[in-house]
Amino acid sequence: MTPFRVSIFAAIAALILLAIVFELMRSRRLQERYALLWLLTGLVVFVFAAWRSLLGWAADAVGIAYPPSALFVFASFFILLVLLHYSTVISRLSEQNTVLAQRLALLEHELERVRATD
Amino acid sequence: MATPADTIRSSSDVVKLTSLRRLAIVPALNEAGSIESVIRDIRAEDPDFEVLVVDDGSSDSTAALADAAGALVVRLPFNLGIGGAVQSGLQFAREHGFDIAVQIDADGQHDPSQLPQLLAPLITGEADVVVGSRFLGERNYKAPLVRRIGIRVFAGIVSALVGQPLTDTSSSFRAFGRRAIAYFARDYPHGFVETVEATVIAARCGLRLKEVPVVMRQRLMGQSSLTLPLSIYYSIKVLVAVFVGIFRRGAYELKED
Repeated sequence: MTPFRVSIFAAIAALILLAIVFELMRSRRLQERYALLWLLTGLVVFVFAAWRSLLGWAADAVGIAYPPSALFVFASFFILLVLLHYSTVISRLSEQNTVLAQRLALLEHELERVRATD
Repeated sequence: MATPADTIRSSSDVVKLTSLRRLAIVPALNEAGSIESVIRDIRAEDPDFEVLVVDDGSSDSTAALADAAGALVVRLPFNLGIGGAVQSGLQFAREHGFDIAVQIDADGQHDPSQLPQLLAPLITGEADVVVGSRFLGERNYKAPLVRRIGIRVFAGIVSALVGQPLTDTSSSFRAFGRRAIAYFARDYPHGFVETVEATVIAARCGLRLKEVPVVMRQRLMGQSSLTLPLSIYYSIKVLVAVFVGIFRRGAYELKED
């Protein structure tokens, strides 16, 4: 069984994470689409911390003898998902950045041509 | 069902309408099959409407057909999603001094003959945003049950939040007055299912909302761009956004002009 102090600590940490994400969204520094995975991470950690028998069962199911280690593994998995998501976001942004630079260069050229003929 | 005679209340309203500059914003993504008839129908209903097609990264001939049909065309360099496309149109409306902007879908669902009902509350000055509701008055809205339930659930939540009974917060057949154009040109939700969030934002920053009954047509061509997993994702996103929105003030002060 998970020691009580571990559960309490993990639950508080998860709530702090959720509160920070909420405040960042409220003050418009974090868009909803990028906040969803963080919210999910916070919720999963909170549920496993608060529902101790569920954590024990899940740890047993994946063959981890010490339940707090399972909590750590689950949290790491979600953080990995967040990172992977960011990689896709960066890929899209760099792609769009290229398109914007190309369009801008062509427009600039076009504008100079139009000015020259006036 | 309101008739045009009910909605345009006096001859002075008619005079006022003709003095107002009107823009139809038509966000379009691969709608080559229907875009021409949509533009034609808007012009047939009200020749003074300027039609702006915002091409949201189409890979077909949507932009060329719209241009040939006499519409103004703005081509986005890549797909921004419906919210970003509509906001581009609202920015155009603000920069060119339009008094009224109407959002009309490019798939032919929205019937331009219902524009008078939609514009009436803007002309009389009783609202800043007018939404054409599929659930007011005569109901012939045909959609899968799940979709209709989803629409009603959102409407229920948003009604409670904004303190005003609303029946359809998912309708994209909407008209914006000057104040709404000015605000939304700067702050408008992105992605899909953006209308729900836009409704909450509007109420938060003091824009007056009004729903009028509309009857939608069956879409002429194409499929809804929302698949089931996407619908679920956007529904969750919007619920989170709406929840956070309760604790948020408007991003900008609403300017009176």
